[in-house]
Amino acid sequence: MTTLPAQTEKKLGLVIDLDTCVGCHACVISCKGWNTENYGAPLSDQNAYGADNSGTFLNRVHSFEVQPDDGAAQLIHFPKSCLHCEDAPCVTVCPTGASYKRVEDGIVLVNESNCIGCGLCAWACPYGARELDQAEGVMKKCTLCVDRIYNENLPEEDRQPACVRTCPAGARHFGDLGDATSDVSKLVAERGGMDLMPEQGTKPVNQYLPPRPKDDMPEFDVLAPFLAPVAEEPKGFLSWLDKTLEKL
Amino acid sequence: MHPAPSVIFFTTFSGLGFGLLFFLGLGFPAVTGWMAFAFFAIAYAMAVGGLLASTFHLGRPERAIKAFTQWRSSWLSREAWCAVGALVLMGLYAAGLVFFQTRIAFLGVLGAVLSLATVFTTSMIYTQLKTIPRWHMTITPVKFLSLSLAGGALFAGQVSVALVLLVVAGLVQIFTWVEGDKALANSGTDMATATGLGTIGSVRAFEPPHTGTNYLLREFVHEIGRKHSQKLRAISLLLMVVVPFVLLVLPFSHILVLLAVVSHVAGVLTARWLFFAEAEHVVGIYYGKR
Repeated sequence: MTTLPAQTEKKLGLVIDLDTCVGCHACVISCKGWNTENYGAPLSDQNAYGADNSGTFLNRVHSFEVQPDDGAAQLIHFPKSCLHCEDAPCVTVCPTGASYKRVEDGIVLVNESNCIGCGLCAWACPYGARELDQAEGVMKKCTLCVDRIYNENLPEEDRQPACVRTCPAGARHFGDLGDATSDVSKLVAERGGMDLMPEQGTKPVNQYLPPRPKDDMPEFDVLAPFLAPVAEEPKGFLSWLDKTLEKL
Repeated sequence: MHPAPSVIFFTTFSGLGFGLLFFLGLGFPAVTGWMAFAFFAIAYAMAVGGLLASTFHLGRPERAIKAFTQWRSSWLSREAWCAVGALVLMGLYAAGLVFFQTRIAFLGVLGAVLSLATVFTTSMIYTQLKTIPRWHMTITPVKFLSLSLAGGALFAGQVSVALVLLVVAGLVQIFTWVEGDKALANSGTDMATATGLGTIGSVRAFEPPHTGTNYLLREFVHEIGRKHSQKLRAISLLLMVVVPFVLLVLPFSHILVLLAVVSHVAGVLTARWLFFAEAEHVVGIYYGKR
């Protein structure tokens, strides 16, 4: 059914810390690796070693430059994957029922054997979270590693999405954002977690933590203002060289 | 948006085909026998041909039948039902006209309504997408319907009706261009809301996530389409409305009507190419593109 559930029992999702992310793309690689070898069709590449290479990825890291009114520009690395929206427009447009949102945990999934590859769900997603696999002809998207998080064959510490498990900076957190007492919900409350494109009305479950305010740059040497200025005008040979070069 | 030939062909010809079926269903022109066969053959060739073309952009066309299941929520699924319903009813209605010289009026009227409903559902597939502000406007279905009716009247040889509908369709088309140019800015989605970083300062896309291209850029970012936008708008309006209008006003001859039809189809194809090529998907913002 491609109608959305009125309510889900849990709201599993990610919290991504833009202050901590170092832009190493390890989450991109671990996601590609896990999701190529496990649930659903592999994430194919086309012409991987040629000049015009491209491939299917469920997670990508953009980098943005932010220029404050005063002060230095900041570089912010920005991982982006499916936000498992509460009001997911990708689900309701699906003509076959292949796209659905799970009642038990809110994960948005694609039943690949029902997908006709029309691409309309990718058109409906404002975040670019869905990519049509060029080899398989079906829509691929983040599964929140549904085959890891409930997998009792894995050690307990591995029962979280591959991107979260692999992040060397601790910039990615996984949990139930519907439970106000969960660690992720507390983190969101504490750091002012935000929705991407709130005006699109998708009510994303994944939250982004904004970069913390930067400190002001302190004066390096407190005595510097009291020291006599060093002579700026060249003298002797350098003065002659300076004038000669000016004339040339 | 990437202007895929299959989708341009599909929306143009199914629009014209169902527009023609609408007039045939209402009994304009009142034809029977072989004449009726010829009219219905043209209408079915366009409507069915368009629908078949639409399956070419599917990743897994062999499963297309599954698109009938989600009519409760999906406009694409509703379109599938309306199209099949219209084609079946109009087929029965056509059989009556062609083989029995009998017009089964209620079948024709019902088929006409379903034909227009098909065009409406097609337009809603595009209109519903909030991610493409240029399409997410109430005028979009009006444009699809007015163009389909104008083309249908032209194909059905209903000159006086076609003259009025062509002018209406032309005015609606101009209005969508004017409103569409403001749509992205009015949507409120920009770099600041996309990244949530607008509170710190002005945001610029510094580095894309990948060195090559990808599905998202191929499908949603088509900046080249806007380069000749104004010229193409003028050309499409000329071919779609002005030329057919002038040809129809001239003393009636079949060759002039044929020329008007050819010009109109070429104009609609041009306008439909622009409809896709000009449309900005908000995902482009993440790449600093539109």
